[in-house]
Amino acid sequence: MELYLALKVLWWLLLGVLLMGLAIMVGMDMGVGTLLRFVGKTDTERRVCLNAIGPHWDGNQVWFILGGGAIFAAFPLLYATAFSGLYIVMLLLLWTMIMRPLGFEYRSKLPSANWRNVWDWVLFVSGAVPMIIYGAGMGNMFLGVPFHFTWDLRSYYTGSFLSLLNPFAVMAGVLSLSMSIYMGGVMLMGRAGGEVARRSQKAAIGAAIVALVLFSIGGFWVATMNGYVLDKAPAPALAQNPLQQSVSLQLGAWHANFHAHPALWLVPLLAYAGMILGLLAVRANRPTLAWWLGALAWIGVIGTAGVSLFPFMMPSSANPSQSLTLWNSISSQTTLQWATGFTAVFVPLILWYTSWAFWIMRGTVDAKALEHDGHAY
Amino acid sequence: MIDGTVVELSRVQFAATALYHFLFVPLTLGLSFFLAAAETVYVTTGKAIYKDMVDFWGKLFLINFALGVATGLTMEFEFGTNWSFYSGFVGDIFGAPLAIEGLMAFFMESTFVGLMVFGWKRLTKMQHLIVTYLVAIGSNLSALWILIANSFMQDPQGAKFNPVTMRMELASFGDLIFSHDAQAKFVHTSIAGYVTASIFVVGISAWYMYRGRHVELAKRSFRMASLFGVLATAGVITLGDALGFVGGQAQPSKLAAMEAMWQTEPAPAPFNVIAWPSQSQKANRFEIQVPYVLTPLLTHTMTQTVPGVDQIVAGNVKRIEDGIPAVEALKVLSSDPTNAPALAQFDAHQKDLGYGFLVKRYAPDQDVSKATPADIQKAAWDTIPDVFSMFWTFRLMVGMGLLMLAFFVLSVIFSIRGDIMRQRWFLKIAPWMIPVPFVACEMGWLTAEIGRQPWTVFGLLPTWMSASTHSVGYMVFSLVGFVTLYSIFIAIEMYLMVKFIRKGPENDASGSAPQPAYGRGGFVPAGAMMRKEG
Repeated sequence: MELYLALKVLWWLLLGVLLMGLAIMVGMDMGVGTLLRFVGKTDTERRVCLNAIGPHWDGNQVWFILGGGAIFAAFPLLYATAFSGLYIVMLLLLWTMIMRPLGFEYRSKLPSANWRNVWDWVLFVSGAVPMIIYGAGMGNMFLGVPFHFTWDLRSYYTGSFLSLLNPFAVMAGVLSLSMSIYMGGVMLMGRAGGEVARRSQKAAIGAAIVALVLFSIGGFWVATMNGYVLDKAPAPALAQNPLQQSVSLQLGAWHANFHAHPALWLVPLLAYAGMILGLLAVRANRPTLAWWLGALAWIGVIGTAGVSLFPFMMPSSANPSQSLTLWNSISSQTTLQWATGFTAVFVPLILWYTSWAFWIMRGTVDAKALEHDGHAY
Repeated sequence: MIDGTVVELSRVQFAATALYHFLFVPLTLGLSFFLAAAETVYVTTGKAIYKDMVDFWGKLFLINFALGVATGLTMEFEFGTNWSFYSGFVGDIFGAPLAIEGLMAFFMESTFVGLMVFGWKRLTKMQHLIVTYLVAIGSNLSALWILIANSFMQDPQGAKFNPVTMRMELASFGDLIFSHDAQAKFVHTSIAGYVTASIFVVGISAWYMYRGRHVELAKRSFRMASLFGVLATAGVITLGDALGFVGGQAQPSKLAAMEAMWQTEPAPAPFNVIAWPSQSQKANRFEIQVPYVLTPLLTHTMTQTVPGVDQIVAGNVKRIEDGIPAVEALKVLSSDPTNAPALAQFDAHQKDLGYGFLVKRYAPDQDVSKATPADIQKAAWDTIPDVFSMFWTFRLMVGMGLLMLAFFVLSVIFSIRGDIMRQRWFLKIAPWMIPVPFVACEMGWLTAEIGRQPWTVFGLLPTWMSASTHSVGYMVFSLVGFVTLYSIFIAIEMYLMVKFIRKGPENDASGSAPQPAYGRGGFVPAGAMMRKEG
């Protein structure tokens, strides 16, 4: 049974890694999509932006697909409850996401300026909207989501679509968007060159400042909120379901884990370090360093959310005792063991060939190269 | 309470999005290997025309690939958004192959497709060839894991119910991935993709040859795809038979419906070539039979009995009666997972739990203990999928398979004899064959999935329980959204496809100048041209 507990914690960490991978890699491409029309003034400049991430966006997008698959496999009840409960939001996320592959693949297929303009806007929407939803989704986890279960674990969502767009969630959404603009900006600084790089630098500086401010506001805001406390539940190592526990609300409880283990303050500190040093690196025109610091900031921000909520995954505001926690929404030991085995083999392999792909395609993209390359977007 | 309209709308939405997704997948599966094959010839022989083939077919591949990726995203979401009870109930098992698909296949396919497109100048020829193969292998591995997941719904192996977590849990990973249905289905489906791509290439190449454009490139593509196609079609038919055999063991109700067999007949039973089945009369209004054929066809013996609808329904009445105590025990266990008498009762009946769920729908107040014999009868008749659609979707698929086999046999003969350019009638009809494999693939999907009804997981979880608890308004909203978006998508995709096919290969080593048309309207006698084509 101790093994099961270890696997549960391991998968909580792996889920975090996945969400971070998603935010860093897909977020960067989405940032480029958001910035496309603003840092690229001419068609050639926009094509430079697209081709900077052209060889990689498809591979990066798999972080998103794997995120969905891994939540399904490792946290099936969370997957079922969250995806169905947030129905309209999920559809907006999905619809904007599925426009992206077409935007990339079809935009430059025809010379018509109108055609390209439409796809540019599609890439803008499919860059900005998913990142806002991604952040807002995380934000709503702090507030709790109005859902409950019947005896057979059928979930019912009782809130409205608009209740998911509350001020705190919107703030979290903008935080997420600004961090993705930062990542996209520094990527273009490094790979686009010329005027595009200069405009991208400006955008990255603005985005980093916004992210710093919003992350700080969020920290104070959370302290004034009711956090969730697990009062009585089966031991974490036991198989269980969300009908077997009791949960209460307490002011400031989302800071409880930090007070209990002060070393955890290092996690939000990491976010600050990433953001502030990243800002300095952008100003010093060091895009590669700035990219890695941005990744660090993402790790810090998502880590902060995870540590605050732990062990909650998706608290229920309609019936707090039926909240989904790490302990009750996770898969069986057998499934986790198999999933761990596959992860241990394939994640290193993926990191290896992804790095190889980036290395092969290294260097800046310029307008001349585009004209002579029949494969470019 | 579960709203029946919401369940039906959820089914319509899933079917629409899956059928749509499945328009793009088979072509990706097959065309990726065709590209790899053409590039292999290019790398080994160094002939530039094969590079042009890779470039041209690769462009069409990517236009198709983008929509395959986009619509695939929908499928992954929909289990959670629209089938949340299903996802919670079997996600412990069903989620694993989806996650593994991402890890093992999708990352590989997507990362290397980037290098395949952008890496021509940065990779060595051999490196690029390997990258192309990795894309093909990745997309086919992706199909493998998805079909393993689908096979769990058809023939749930390796799962066990856990009363503490109130869900099905993985008992044996080996049983899950090596289920006979999974193996047979993977080869049948992926090879169907090769057939699809072969006809696509053959049809377009024939169109060029008919119009005398890009003849060198078209001839070579035609020959390669014909050979690829004849082998694949023979394979898909053989493996389809194997899949039918395996599926018949796991789902006798699907088989009985596919063959419109209302009554069990003594072996060897007759085969219905054509029939007009009626679900309400529980009989065929009209049928043409060949004696003795069905039994050897389905069981590969002359003596084994194939159960008809009557026998299956009678057996399922018993299973429903046996499943009722399982559902009752489960309700006790949900608030008290250690209740010993309930556990004992559950263990004794749990193999029929799904059948207990089935009658819940008809029982007064959805309380299975109040189910009357009439309710049980109704539920037992539910276990027979719609015979008319099964019978005809299946026959359409098989008929198209045979048609494609005949087509490929001819195309290979003409290609080997070297007189394809003279078979103008064949060049003329070949483009019209392009839709056939697409329709056949959709028919195959319909046969598999309608045949699984009324279950989402065969024998374990009825469809009517599996959907999320949305309002009708939400469902209408999402359905309208999908239909609008997907219609726009397909219009754009078809437009680009046709445009790029009309435009033809940009580089054509055989000379990009348009060649004179043959036959009608051409100034050069066909015979003279032939000699030049050699």
